[in-house]
Amino acid sequence: MKSTLDVAAIKSDFPIFRKPMRGGKRLVFLDSGATSQKPIQVMDAERHFYSTQNAAVHRGSYYLAEQASEAYEGARASVAQFLQVKSEEIIFTKSATESLNLLAVSFERSNGGLGIKAGDEIVVSELEHHANLLPWQQLAKRTGAVLKWFEMNPDGSLDLSRIDEVITPKCKVVAITHQSNVLGSVPNLGPIIDAAHAVGAVFVLDSCQSVPHQPINIKELDIDFLTFSGHKALGPTGIGVLWGRAELLDLMEPFLYGGSMIETVTMTDATWAPSPKRFEAGVPNMAQAVGLAAALDYLSTVGLANIHSWEMQLTEYALKGLQAIDGVSVVGPQGLANRGGVISFTVDGLHPHDVGQVMDQYGVAVRTGHHCAWPLIRKLGLTGTTRASFYLYNDFSDVDVLLESVQGARDYFRKR
Amino acid sequence: MELDSLYQEVILDHYKKPHHKGLPTGEIQVHHVNPNCGDEITLSLAIRDGKVEDLVWDGVGCSISQASASIMSELVSGKTVAEAQVALKEFTEMMQSKGNFLGNEEILEDAVALAGVSKFPARVKCALLGWMAFKDAAIQNGAEL
Repeated sequence: MKSTLDVAAIKSDFPIFRKPMRGGKRLVFLDSGATSQKPIQVMDAERHFYSTQNAAVHRGSYYLAEQASEAYEGARASVAQFLQVKSEEIIFTKSATESLNLLAVSFERSNGGLGIKAGDEIVVSELEHHANLLPWQQLAKRTGAVLKWFEMNPDGSLDLSRIDEVITPKCKVVAITHQSNVLGSVPNLGPIIDAAHAVGAVFVLDSCQSVPHQPINIKELDIDFLTFSGHKALGPTGIGVLWGRAELLDLMEPFLYGGSMIETVTMTDATWAPSPKRFEAGVPNMAQAVGLAAALDYLSTVGLANIHSWEMQLTEYALKGLQAIDGVSVVGPQGLANRGGVISFTVDGLHPHDVGQVMDQYGVAVRTGHHCAWPLIRKLGLTGTTRASFYLYNDFSDVDVLLESVQGARDYFRKR
Repeated sequence: MELDSLYQEVILDHYKKPHHKGLPTGEIQVHHVNPNCGDEITLSLAIRDGKVEDLVWDGVGCSISQASASIMSELVSGKTVAEAQVALKEFTEMMQSKGNFLGNEEILEDAVALAGVSKFPARVKCALLGWMAFKDAAIQNGAEL
């Protein structure tokens, strides 16, 4: 079913679209894959928290502390409801990057099934953002575990032909992205998740590029951990989410030590609070958690299925337009199958930085370079790409400006 | 158009036909990268009788980084270390000026064409990449910079 969004109404909720860009041009924001813009409802939620509820959560016995704790735990409940999981399985972090580092460090410290030791195997893929590669790469280096990975095909899919060699009985963790942040390609995760579970490994899903854009069914996916960042989902910066299955979180050692995460403390020892507190040392990012809840409310009101359908219509229009421009090549999946609303492309003879610089003159905001996925870019034999990513506040006129600006970039350097 | 102040004719000329670009052969080779965008440069040189010689560089990157490396290599080759240092200082100052310092053409020659880059903060590192590689290589070759 194709849904149409009332983009004019949505845009009016985002103050940033009233700010003129260079040369007075309107903002054509096509960099939501890096971070999303924020609706006034999110800013209001943070302002409301600071104006009426601000106190350190889970500490004071006074009225305001109760209000703050209620707001913060209410935000947790909202995220849990959004993901259809239990509240105690939601851990607030400062970012998806921190969520993934938390997992890697906790596995290193944990004993039993989840603990990582020399000779164990950790599996990732060539699609990964540095945030879902480096924590595992460095964990392997520290522990003597072996890092393995699924290779990428030229169309941005994963090569699963040797799945039994990649995921072996030595495998403890498989951590893979739900959607490539560079190419928009969606890997075929089903067989990988099954293979991981068949050998007793846990599966970690980096869903930074999917949770903000489409309905997610954790039960159906049959995964063990999931991470995403608030700021890519209309929420504030400084707030990320880690979801984990309760029975696994109970077995895990803490990541950061400090206030709030303890059960008892003596001068020489300590015991830990149950999840989620065990993983939330210090006064947390309270206003940001509240802001994230408001963001997820906003997304739910518009409807994730509607947002996804709309983005795919924009993607189809942009793909066709880009493919029709002489000298422009779309990198990764060429059609709509197994992809999301992210498109990478190159312009013959031009470095992405120069392409992006000319596009900026049209008010177009795109990402250029290696997109924090350097191994993927190297694998493609490129030095970088230009990437356009869509969200609920984009419309077909944005795509028209995108296409005009790409032609403009090509012609600017061609004629000179 | 604001863009023309960034992409001056001379910059595009150097980009299309870079000077001193080839395979660096010196014993000491420096390798610099701009981790934000993946631009890379490898450079080697010799200091003989206090002069910069045999400067050769190779790299990948945007027009600004490639042109700037080319202009720099043309400018400092054959110059004394002291002269190169003056140029390096002048260029660095120009890059940090946010468009307020256009640079002395007698010192910088073609490099004054890069003055417009300083109005685009995201591109300043591109322009400086080759110059920082030069500085590093000169120091490693015993120059006091």
